[in-house]
Amino acid sequence: MKLSKEEKAMLAGERGPVPRIAMEHQVKVGTFFGAPDFVPVTQAHIMADTESLGESGVAWLEMLAAETKGDRTVRIPTITDPRGTDFTKSKKLGQQDWMVALERRAVAAFEKLGVSMTDTCINYQTVLAATRGEHVAFGDTGVVIYSNSVCGARSNFEGGPSALSAGITGRTPRYGYHLDERRRGTLHVRTSYTPASLNDWGALGGVVGKLAGTYWDVPIVEGLDRAPTSDELKHFGAAMASFGSVALFHLVGITPEAARLSDVAGKRMRKCAVGRKDVNALQKSYKVDEKVDVVVFSAPQLSIFELRALAQLCDGRKFKVPLLAVTSPQVKPDSDRFGYTQRIEAAGGTVYAGMCFYQSYAREIAEANGWKRLATNSAKMVNILGGYGYTPMLASMEQCVEAAQTGRLS
Amino acid sequence: MISTVKIHRKSKAAGKVLVARHAMGPRVSGEALVAKDGFSARYDLDRIAGIFSRPAHKLAGQSYVGKILVLDTAKGGVASAWMLAEMRSRDKVPLAIVFNTVNPILVQGAALGDITMMAGFDEDVTAAIPHGAQVEIDPARKTLRVL
Repeated sequence: MKLSKEEKAMLAGERGPVPRIAMEHQVKVGTFFGAPDFVPVTQAHIMADTESLGESGVAWLEMLAAETKGDRTVRIPTITDPRGTDFTKSKKLGQQDWMVALERRAVAAFEKLGVSMTDTCINYQTVLAATRGEHVAFGDTGVVIYSNSVCGARSNFEGGPSALSAGITGRTPRYGYHLDERRRGTLHVRTSYTPASLNDWGALGGVVGKLAGTYWDVPIVEGLDRAPTSDELKHFGAAMASFGSVALFHLVGITPEAARLSDVAGKRMRKCAVGRKDVNALQKSYKVDEKVDVVVFSAPQLSIFELRALAQLCDGRKFKVPLLAVTSPQVKPDSDRFGYTQRIEAAGGTVYAGMCFYQSYAREIAEANGWKRLATNSAKMVNILGGYGYTPMLASMEQCVEAAQTGRLS
Repeated sequence: MISTVKIHRKSKAAGKVLVARHAMGPRVSGEALVAKDGFSARYDLDRIAGIFSRPAHKLAGQSYVGKILVLDTAKGGVASAWMLAEMRSRDKVPLAIVFNTVNPILVQGAALGDITMMAGFDEDVTAAIPHGAQVEIDPARKTLRVL
């Protein structure tokens, strides 16, 4: 990689051990992918729940945070993905003290490094959306695909160590979706179906993600009969990223780089057609039981509009099984202020903030609470939770709320 | 670019050498666990037990510890960037991971966890390497050799 004078100084340790460690990591990754140089970035977003970090990851953060020589804090605005708990409700989740203690250690280390603990995976709805052409280093697949596709920003998937490194150095290796040539379509999908519900949007994203199949595939979708909302695109993109590792899609006539198909069409594109039957088939593949142990709305965190819709559905009900609704620390105060939290909790649900269900020791809380059969409207979550021992089932928000009341998914 | 060169005729695949476009980490040799399937440390593994745990995964129930995983592609989930280093700290880690196509997350995880990784071949690596074969990976030369 061609390095600037400042980058060479960081790599040589002239700015202290923390920038040196960050730069060494970035050069290793950039060299693997053949990046010619670095590109300056304006924001970084770090995924770092402690189930992923483990003791060793937290110790690594503490090692960086304890450094007294040279620059230790981030150079650019650097924020965080959800934590592994809602500190006010960890007991209700069935989490153990050591999990919360590990979370507190990670938070303390991040704060010493100058990181802002936003604890959200919907920063594009709640903190500061990136703009078209803005180079960023974002670290949640849902955040990256939304920012790249809907906002027109430029980011690769930056895992925790790389996003933190980008925050510290203010740059990232220039490869992948920072390059014009990588942003052109590789798969042309014609859809005959425009979903109406969030679970259907997620399922369509999952279908397209499976067709794409790799990080380097860029689906172009044509045929939607209207512009989706931010929440619909949130579920669509998060599921596509989860099922297919996809980081960028274009919707012809809708997303900013794809006013016309020719603006984003690649030279050799595979062609596919999808429809309602594909969306239904994906959802049916997860519907294996009628009984439900827990209902979860999460992944991504809920917007204020999703909480509003959920509160309306909860009115007048009494739940038989736990219902968890997870949102960001930025949205929760508004949910409280508007009375949505109280209406959901009056029915027996619980509103959590600053965490995400699958990032919160999902296996351990399943064992602690006797949860196995889980209903959700998140296609992303059903794709993930099988590996944690759950039997996840995908249904609409309405069906999930009904299941919380009856214990059965219709 | 490249290339498959048959060096020995001990078996159909023995002596086969594949060259990758991307490689990093120390030189290693060991048993290959091969499947035409994806990989995510978060979605697919029971990292405490050291086995593939997602029921639909083609290697479900098998231990990955100390094995050279030869898989099709890296799947979603940024957590793998931390998890590979965490798995290394408990010695519940694969010896190396080889992909047809990799995503940045797994590369970032391999960089932090000092795990050998290789990706980008001119043929389907999951078809070229027999399940259970002894293989050697030399990242400096970007070669994968069936022993």
